[in-house]
Amino acid sequence: MAAMTETMTINMGPQHPSTHGVLRLVLELDGENVVKATPHIGFLHRGVEKLSEYRTYHQVIPLTDRLDYLAPMSNNLGYVLAVEKLLGITDQIPERAKVIRVMLAELTRIKSHLVWLACHALDIGAMTVFIYCFREREHIMEMYEKISGARMTSNYFRVGGLSADLPAGFEKEVREFIDAMPGHIETYEGLLTGNKIWQKRIVGVGVISGEDALDIGITGGSLRGSGIDWDLRRDHPYSGYEDYDFKVPVDDGCDTWARYKVRLDEMRESCKIVRQALDKLKPGPILADVPKVCLPPKQDVVNTIEGLIHHFKIITEGFKPEAGEIYQSVEAPKGELGFYLVSDGSARPYRMKIRPPSFLNLQALPQMVEGRLIADVVAVIGTLDIVLGDIDR
Amino acid sequence: MTDQAAVEKLKAKFPGSVLEVKEFRGELTLTVKAEDIVAICTFCKKELGYTMLADLAGLDLSAMGVAGPRFQVVYNIYNIKAKQRLRLKAPVEERGPRIDTVSGVWGSANWLERECWDLMGISFNNHPDLRRILMPDDWVGHPLRKDYPVQGPDREPYQGRQI
Repeated sequence: MAAMTETMTINMGPQHPSTHGVLRLVLELDGENVVKATPHIGFLHRGVEKLSEYRTYHQVIPLTDRLDYLAPMSNNLGYVLAVEKLLGITDQIPERAKVIRVMLAELTRIKSHLVWLACHALDIGAMTVFIYCFREREHIMEMYEKISGARMTSNYFRVGGLSADLPAGFEKEVREFIDAMPGHIETYEGLLTGNKIWQKRIVGVGVISGEDALDIGITGGSLRGSGIDWDLRRDHPYSGYEDYDFKVPVDDGCDTWARYKVRLDEMRESCKIVRQALDKLKPGPILADVPKVCLPPKQDVVNTIEGLIHHFKIITEGFKPEAGEIYQSVEAPKGELGFYLVSDGSARPYRMKIRPPSFLNLQALPQMVEGRLIADVVAVIGTLDIVLGDIDR
Repeated sequence: MTDQAAVEKLKAKFPGSVLEVKEFRGELTLTVKAEDIVAICTFCKKELGYTMLADLAGLDLSAMGVAGPRFQVVYNIYNIKAKQRLRLKAPVEERGPRIDTVSGVWGSANWLERECWDLMGISFNNHPDLRRILMPDDWVGHPLRKDYPVQGPDREPYQGRQI
C-alpha cells in the first residue's frame, strides 16, 4: 500500500500555552513538517485607536498601559513624548523627570526581557529558569507598585513630566537590585547557555537574514540578532539618551541563538544605564513649567486663583495642541514602538496610529517556520517575543 | 543626503506627482498623487535608500473640515543608512476608496494594508491577501471611520453620554 501524502490542517491556539496569549495559528502539516502557517490575530482587539479619539490627551495614557502589558512604562514614554513633540515642549522637560523616565524605561526593558527569557525557556522545557526570572521580575513589580500604586498598569508618566516624585528610599532599592542583577543573569546563562538540549533546540532555528528582516519590518532585539546595528536610543536619542554610555549588542547569527545572546546582553547594558541614571539623579522639579498643559501643584490650586483656573481648565477641557501631525518612536523592549498623532486643534487626538513592534515582528513568523518542524514553531514564537495586547491593540 | 535633498530628487523625478510639501516640528510630509504611489515608493526604496516601511496608516478627514478627498493613506518610510524619516501621503476619494498596494515594494506593507482595509475601509489593488485582520471575518463596517459610532453600530451611547 502506498504511503499517505495528504497534509493535515490543525489549529494551534488561541488557547495554547506557548502562544503567549490569544494567538491562533492554522498550521498545515506534512507529518511533523510545517507546510504553511497562517496567523490569526485580533482576539484582544479593544479599539485603543478609536477610543483615543474620544478622550483628552491625558486620558489616553492609561490606554497605552494596556498595549504591551509587559512593558507599560515604555508605552507611556512613547506616548507622552509624542504629545510633547506635538505641543512643541520637548526641550522644557525638567532634567530630573528625564532621568527618572530613562531609569524606569530601562528597568521596564529588564522586566520585559525577563518574561521573554522565562517563557521562551519554559516553552522549550527548561522550567527552572522560569522561576528564577519571575523572582527578579517580582522585584521590579514591587518597585512599580511603590512609585505608581499598580504592579502592571503603571500610568506614571505625564505630558510634561511625571505624576509624582520617587518615594523615599527608592533609589537605594534600585541600586541594590542593579548590583544583584548581573549575577542573576549569570545564573540564567549557567542554566541555559552551555546546556546541550537548549543549544539543540535554538541553534539554527528560525533563521531570517538581515535583509529579509528589514523588509518584513522586524525591529528591536530580533533585528539586531540578524546583524543589523540599529537602535533608536542611539540613532534617534530621546529623553536624554545621548548622555548615557552604553553598547548596542549585535549578532549576525540570524537565528534564535543569536537573538538569545543579544537580549541577554541588552539586559546587562540596561543595568549600566540604570546605574548611570542613578548617578545623574539630582533633586529638582518633576513637571515642566507649562501652566496650560501641566497640572499646577496642589498648594497653588487651593491658594491662588490662577492655579485653580488652570487645574479646572486642564481637567474639564484638556489642552489643545495646534493642528499638525507628528510621529515619535521609542526603542521599546520588543522593537520600535511609534505613535503617529494627528491634531485638528481640539483637545482630543484627531487620529492616533500606534506602530506596535510585535505586530510587524509576528508577520515574519510564517517565513521563519515554513519547512521546519512543528516543535520549532514554539521556539520561534518565543524568540519573536510577541505580546498580543500590543499586536491587537 | 538630507531629507530636503530626497524631496528635491523626488520632485525632479515626478514633477507632476508631488502635490504638497509640509514641514511641522522638523518632520517632512509629502502629499503625492495616489496613481503614482507604487512608482514613487519603488524610487524611494531603490534610489533614495528608504529600505524600511515603518508604518502605514489610514486617515479619515471627513471631520477635519478641510476640502479635498475624504481619505488619505500615510506611509512612514525610513532610511536606515542616513537615519532619516519621510512621510508620504496619498489622497484617496470617498467613493470606492482604492489605491495600489506597495506590498511588492516592502513586505511589511502586507499586514499594515490589511489593517488599513479592515479598520478604515480603504481597498488595495493587487494585494496578495486582502482579508480582515483585527475584526472578525464577518464584521460589517470599518470602525476607524469618523461616521462609525464609538460604542458600535445600533447601540445607545453609554449611559446616554453624548461625546
